[in-house]
Amino acid sequence: MNKSPRSLKRRMHGVMFRFPGMITCNEFEDFILAYLEDELPPVKKRVFELHLRVCRSCRLYLAAYERTLAATKASREDYNELEASVPEDLIAAILAANKG
Amino acid sequence: MSEPRFRSDAGSELDFEHIVRDNIAWMLAVAQRILNDRAIAEDAVQLAFTKIHRSLDGFEGRSSLKTWMHRFVVNEALMLLRKQKRKNEQPIDPLLPIFDDNGCRVDDPLIVSETSEDQLQSRQVRDLLNEKIDALPDQYRIVLVLRDIEGMSTSEVAEALDLSEANVKVRLHRARAALKKLLEPMMRGGAL
Repeated sequence: MNKSPRSLKRRMHGVMFRFPGMITCNEFEDFILAYLEDELPPVKKRVFELHLRVCRSCRLYLAAYERTLAATKASREDYNELEASVPEDLIAAILAANKG
Repeated sequence: MSEPRFRSDAGSELDFEHIVRDNIAWMLAVAQRILNDRAIAEDAVQLAFTKIHRSLDGFEGRSSLKTWMHRFVVNEALMLLRKQKRKNEQPIDPLLPIFDDNGCRVDDPLIVSETSEDQLQSRQVRDLLNEKIDALPDQYRIVLVLRDIEGMSTSEVAEALDLSEANVKVRLHRARAALKKLLEPMMRGGAL
């Protein structure tokens, strides 16, 4: 039987997360997208934020999730850098195919 | 028959060649991101411009010219993507978070450090990120690309992919969670 401090902490959290008005990490996971898009109804938002306050694992998880999202959004190519790589023969082919 | 001309976003009249030259670079980038293949991306752009040329008279200026053209190139790229043979795709499940019987998260905690916007936009980070995005299974990758990179709305992505909005949201969340997992070594190393 696993009685490491982390597993004991998880078991205690498991009991706590079953209290009224609380959710488990698994349920928290299902709400992340809606929370970040501000689509959670007020009651669910309060429940989500309460979990966030008491669960360090989910706080860290959400921070890494948001960092991933920020990096993804920032990864959009700078189109100016790409202009030089457009082959002239592609432009010529498009113009020839669409004459008149 | 004279070349069709229409109004640009700035209100001036443009000919088709102007439109091609002004927009081909970003359209290629969009198609390449969706298809992961330069040659097929060029085909998608050619097909998109043919449809744009045919539809110029129908452009009513209700959206910006770029938004209007964006739909053409996305649709053509998606069409060609569907025709491509599926790659040997890894299942996404091993990349998703794990929970114990009590519903508690069992992932190793990851503490992210402060990162500047410049660092996120560096060429090195962008290249690594693109490599990880490309490693996602197509059905998840494409939702992430259209929604988080191309900036399309959930309903637009649902329409383009013929999925329900609920399904788009599920795939988007899984794609982000899986990408986070793939990026963890970079985040632990402070590179992201």
